Order: sequence, then structure tokens, then C-alpha cells
Amino acid sequence: MTATVPAAPSGPAPATVRTPPLAEPSAWHAIRLTVNGRPVAAEVESRLLLSDFLRDRLGLTGTHTGCEHGVCGACTVLLDGEPARTCLTLAVQCEGADLRTVEGLAPDDAPLTPVQRAFHECHGMQCGFCTPGFVMTATALTEQPARPDEEQVADALSGHLCRCTGYRNIRRAVCRALDERFGE
Amino acid sequence: MKPTPFDYTAPRTVGDALALLADDSRDAKVLAGGQSLIPMLNMRLARPEVLVDITRIPELGRVVVDSDGCLRIGAAVRQSRAAADPAVRDGWPLLADAIGLIGHPQIRGRGTVCGSLAHHDPAAELPTAALALDARFVVAGPRGTRTVEAADFFVATFATAVEPDELLTEVVFPPLAAHHGRAFEELTRRHGDFATVGVAVLLERDPASDTVRRARVVCCGAGPTPVRLTAAEAALTGTDAGPAARAEAARAALGALAPADDVHSTAEHRRESAAHLLVRACTTAWERTR
Repeated sequence: MTATVPAAPSGPAPATVRTPPLAEPSAWHAIRLTVNGRPVAAEVESRLLLSDFLRDRLGLTGTHTGCEHGVCGACTVLLDGEPARTCLTLAVQCEGADLRTVEGLAPDDAPLTPVQRAFHECHGMQCGFCTPGFVMTATALTEQPARPDEEQVADALSGHLCRCTGYRNIRRAVCRALDERFGE
Repeated sequence: MKPTPFDYTAPRTVGDALALLADDSRDAKVLAGGQSLIPMLNMRLARPEVLVDITRIPELGRVVVDSDGCLRIGAAVRQSRAAADPAVRDGWPLLADAIGLIGHPQIRGRGTVCGSLAHHDPAAELPTAALALDARFVVAGPRGTRTVEAADFFVATFATAVEPDELLTEVVFPPLAAHHGRAFEELTRRHGDFATVGVAVLLERDPASDTVRRARVVCCGAGPTPVRLTAAEAALTGTDAGPAARAEAARAALGALAPADDVHSTAEHRRESAAHLLVRACTTAWERTR
């Protein structure tokens, strides 16, 4: 496989670069999965991260990428119902999976979910970059059969970093959503 | 950064997985939950040519208690699933405790028990728990299947007895005595971080004499493998696990541990912390024997 790199306007002649030898046809795979309730079929290279698949291939840029090594939590989505890091998951691993991203919570003109509403009402965000990840983890908490205790909530939230340190309101928002779901 | 190019395969049988690992024309690496491997790929610290995803092999997805009372956890079993299993919580609570200390739910939902063991980060909780629980490791390869004891499994930082053409298919935990108590204490910079140092303690109580019949003390983050502190175990055995015995065990631990200085902690801080954690873990473990 070859690709042509366009020359800069007044730069040297176009250079032809060889794609690394292992980007061979066998490194590509056809996958089928469900994203926000819609079936998706795609050809992906083995090394394509799920975060890049969602953002670049499907245009679902609500899933934010921060650290790209599993620390910050901004890229968290629900993978078969459980919060998971899309930067620590390859798209090809998701064959047959059911994926939910922040876009799937209140699509189009649907009303906000209780979690989204609680984040809005409690101002559970500052710059907002980490918000989609927090919202997805909080959504998973509200979908558990029983109300998680305080320690479990703290444990789940510890999987996310807010660099504005807006944790107090985030925690308040999550508690409000849990109150609404399970009763106070 | 992004991973370098590689091929990906998802075999459906252990035999197929082994055939892929044995193909020596390409550098193959096992992929299970990927929570340690994929960061290494992203950072380009690992550059395998083929990833063999073993999570689609049905026989590796089992958590069972066999007829000998041993807990057997297959290589594709995710940490959160193992920790939530009633058999694990009731019979091997130290294992459930150790899993609860790994990162956070977003990681434990994807990471596998065997993956953490095979990866063998010496600061990780599961290798330490496995050593404390006398786990046995079932390793399949082109030369057949063998079983490796925990004491022989962990070789050095990120190195185990599993050869590149072999696969850890299962970890086996023998049953524990009725009157046992456990505790896993660790010092971390933040909740969910890797331990700077950690201590796992198992105590078995002799109900007749109310003394420690058997002790197991293992430390993580203090060497290239989990460190079993036999001198501390000896200091506890036969005692009432009271303050004097615990202090003696802590002194024994201080004498036995020789961690290295690193960016997170000095050797001295690690040793002192381990000794304090040991006292605390012994107290909790002994209370739980009742």
C-alpha cells in the first residue's frame, strides 16, 4: 500500500511514503457492532483505538480523548453496559459489542437523562472536557440494580480526573441522579 | 501516541491460540483485557507484530470450584466478574479484596485476573494475593501443559515462567482452612494508584489454643517480584497475634525487605511503611479469623 503526501505550496516535489509493511491486508478487519442503538459495520485496522474509531470514523466527538493511556477517564463509554476506556480498547475488539456514547443519552431533541439534568442543575462541570466520561460512569451507576454506597460512588469517580478540580459539584450531581433513581 | 501496526487474531480454541503463538516468524503477544498491554502499545513500549485475543475462547471464560474445592479462574475472566462471584467472595475473600484495590471499576471491568498475573507488575495486587494464596498456574504450550507453583511463577519485573510460545490458561486457588482471616493493606499516593508498597496477610487460627496455626505474609512494591516474608510468618506462628507478636513480625519484615529507591519513595520509607501496614493487616486479619 502506498500513499501520497501532498507537497507544501512551494516545497519540494511530492514524496511517496511506504506504509509500514505490517499494515498489510491481514491487519484490516471487518467489524459489526451497535453504537447508540444503531448497527455499524466498518473496516478497521487492528491498531485503531476505539476512541479514534468513534471520533474520526463515526464523527462521535462527544467522547473526548485526554491522556490516551487510561488515566484521565475522559474517553469512557459504556461497553456492553459497563464503563470502559476507549483509549485502552481496540476497535477490532468490539466485534459484536453494544456501545453507548454520550451522544446516545439524549439523541436529537429527546429530553436530557436524569444524569445529564443533574450535572446541569448542580453545575457538575467547569470547562466541561472531562464531563462526557463522568456522565457515562454516572449513567452506569444509576443503571445498577441497587443503589451504590458512598464508597462505591467514590471508587467509580476516582476513575476520572477533572483538571479544574470541580469534584464537589460533580459528586453532588451524581448523588442527585442516584437520589432520583433510587429514592433518597 | 498511537500503536505501531500489528495484526490481530481472535482464535476460538486454545489449540489455535497456541499455533498462533508458536508461529515464530512473527512476534506475537497475548491480548486479554488489554488494560496493561494497550497503554504499552500506545506508548510504543511494546511493538508486537501480532496480537492474539484470547477473550473469545469459550473454555477460558469460566470461574468454577472443582471437586477438590479449588477455585479455577480462566484466562478470559475479567477482574470485576471474578470479584463479584459469590464463590470467590465467600471462599477466597483475599482475592476479592485484592481485585477491589486495582485501579477503579472502569479498569477492573475490562482487565482480566490472569492478564494481571501474566503481566506481573511487581507493584500489582494480584501477584501478591496469588503468592499468599499458594495459587497454581496452568500453562499450555507446544510442549504440553504444565502447572507452575506461585513461588516459581514470578521471575522478575514483567517476567514470569510463561515462555513466549505459551499461554497461561487458568489460575487455580486451593481451598482455605475454616478459621482463616485475611487483610490487604496498601499505601498509595491516591486512591486507585499502584501501591507504593502493600502487604497481604493470611492468618489461620487454631480454635483450641486460640493461636496462629499458620501465617502467610507477602509484600508488593518492595522488589522485582512479590516478596514472601517468612521471618515475619515465623514470628506470628504459635502466638496470640497480639501486639508483641505483631511488633516482632514487623521487626522481621524490616530485616528482610531490601527495596530500591525510586521516584515515588525512598527504600527506607518503603520498609517503614511495609512494617506499619503489616501490623495493621495482622490486626485486621486476626479479627477476621473469629
